[in-house]
Amino acid sequence: MSFHKKLERNSLLMLVCIILVVAIGGIVEIVPLFTIESTIKQVKGVRPYSPLELAGRNIYIREGCYVCHSQMIRAFRDEVERYGPYSLAAESMYDHPFQWGSKRTGPDLARVGGKYSNEWHVEHFLDPRELVPESVMPPYSFMADADLDYEDMAAHLKTNRHVGVPYTDEMVAYAVADVEAQVDPDGDIEGLMARYPKAVVANFDGDSSRITEMDALIAYLQMLGTLVDFTGTSAAQPDGED
Amino acid sequence: MPNERDELTGTETTGHEWDGIQELNTPLPRWWLYILYACILFSVVYWVLYPAWPWINDYSRGVLGWSRHVELNEEIEEAKAYRAQFVSRIEAASVSEIAADRELLQFTLAGGRSAFALNCSQCHGAGAQGGVGYPNLGDDAWIWGGSLEALESTIRYGIRSEHDETRDMAMPAFKSDEVLDDAEINDVAEFILSLSDSAGDASAAERGAAVYVENCSVCHGESGEGMHENGAPRLSDFIWLYGGNKADVVETISFSRGGVMPAWEGRLDEATIKQLAVYVHSLGGGE
Repeated sequence: MSFHKKLERNSLLMLVCIILVVAIGGIVEIVPLFTIESTIKQVKGVRPYSPLELAGRNIYIREGCYVCHSQMIRAFRDEVERYGPYSLAAESMYDHPFQWGSKRTGPDLARVGGKYSNEWHVEHFLDPRELVPESVMPPYSFMADADLDYEDMAAHLKTNRHVGVPYTDEMVAYAVADVEAQVDPDGDIEGLMARYPKAVVANFDGDSSRITEMDALIAYLQMLGTLVDFTGTSAAQPDGED
Repeated sequence: MPNERDELTGTETTGHEWDGIQELNTPLPRWWLYILYACILFSVVYWVLYPAWPWINDYSRGVLGWSRHVELNEEIEEAKAYRAQFVSRIEAASVSEIAADRELLQFTLAGGRSAFALNCSQCHGAGAQGGVGYPNLGDDAWIWGGSLEALESTIRYGIRSEHDETRDMAMPAFKSDEVLDDAEINDVAEFILSLSDSAGDASAAERGAAVYVENCSVCHGESGEGMHENGAPRLSDFIWLYGGNKADVVETISFSRGGVMPAWEGRLDEATIKQLAVYVHSLGGGE
């Protein structure tokens, strides 16, 4: 009797063999994760998202921006020349889940931070075709009228901490205050800047009377790709990478 | 014990039988099987040549030592080296020298076009057609001047940007600064529209002429011809940056506008700024 025949007629043997095969597949996928601390190269400057940026990121995910926009500059010359230095693994180390995306109907957003003014973003969200007639992006004007729900930001920070983002107790305690501080350029931002270096502080949507979803989303866009300092390194090869 | 052969097809059966029905043990097609073996062989060769397996602190780098990042740097260096012959000349030359050099101009326009698409088209439009608040760069109406040097300067330092040498003139907001009252604003708006024969109320336009001379002509010129050095647009044509309806003009006079263009010095390199200036100049309206 051939081995295959034995296997087919002996359910216990079949079960053991199935477990064996699945285990090999599992180990190959899981074991590299144990070494993730040493495989992701640390890069200077990457920090957790400020509460306002995180709220904007949640809106980014809610609206499905990732369906049309990637956040992953690949290591090709055409991409590097258009978008800037290729994305580093460490730049999305605090992303849960990451927003690399898999399709570009719109441009890549990995380094969109600082490329446009806040005013441009507002106008563009209100009506993309006003600025870019050939655009197929839908308008998101409702975000200018939607109050940002940020009372629970502390809980969002804590949840991220559970999955490994190093939010300190201080950051959690100031979560709501930091949201308010980041949209008020005239206020006291010392604490915010100490906790979240390079945070962009501005009245993002131009309406200082309240904090809207537009504020949060633009705050998120304006910091994308800006944390790592690439000056003085070659265009494609940042510090700490080989 | 060999299994039975099926009478009709001559193929061996699996030996299973259910109510007299037997299953053929048809072998895999040879061509398929050989491709499978070839793939397995290929993967082994690949593991040896290219990065493939993760180790604890490293990975198998492969005997070729190939790395996408290294290859990318080589590609970029190669492209840079090729462009250097032109880029170094662009850096050394002034914009008008570039425009006069046929060969250099060709390279400059091609580079300018792609830099424009990447950095400028989001506001000025893919065809430089502009939009409300963003000037059309293809016509011959220039706010800050359309000469090569003026364009280079605008691109380099921006308009009302954060750069120290930015072009920086602001029109007063005649209503919110309490310079003019509503009636005067209405009259002067009519007068401004009358400069392009668009006034709806001739008597108001007549009254507005005096207001214009006193408040507007210093920058916009006595006949509304505009002045590049003040960034004051010409008012006697049909080109309007913020709309030419009476309501738009009243809004502009009342609250001013003050559009902003970023300074590109520091963001773009020298050669790209000059390429852009020459490219924009070539769009049709360059002075």
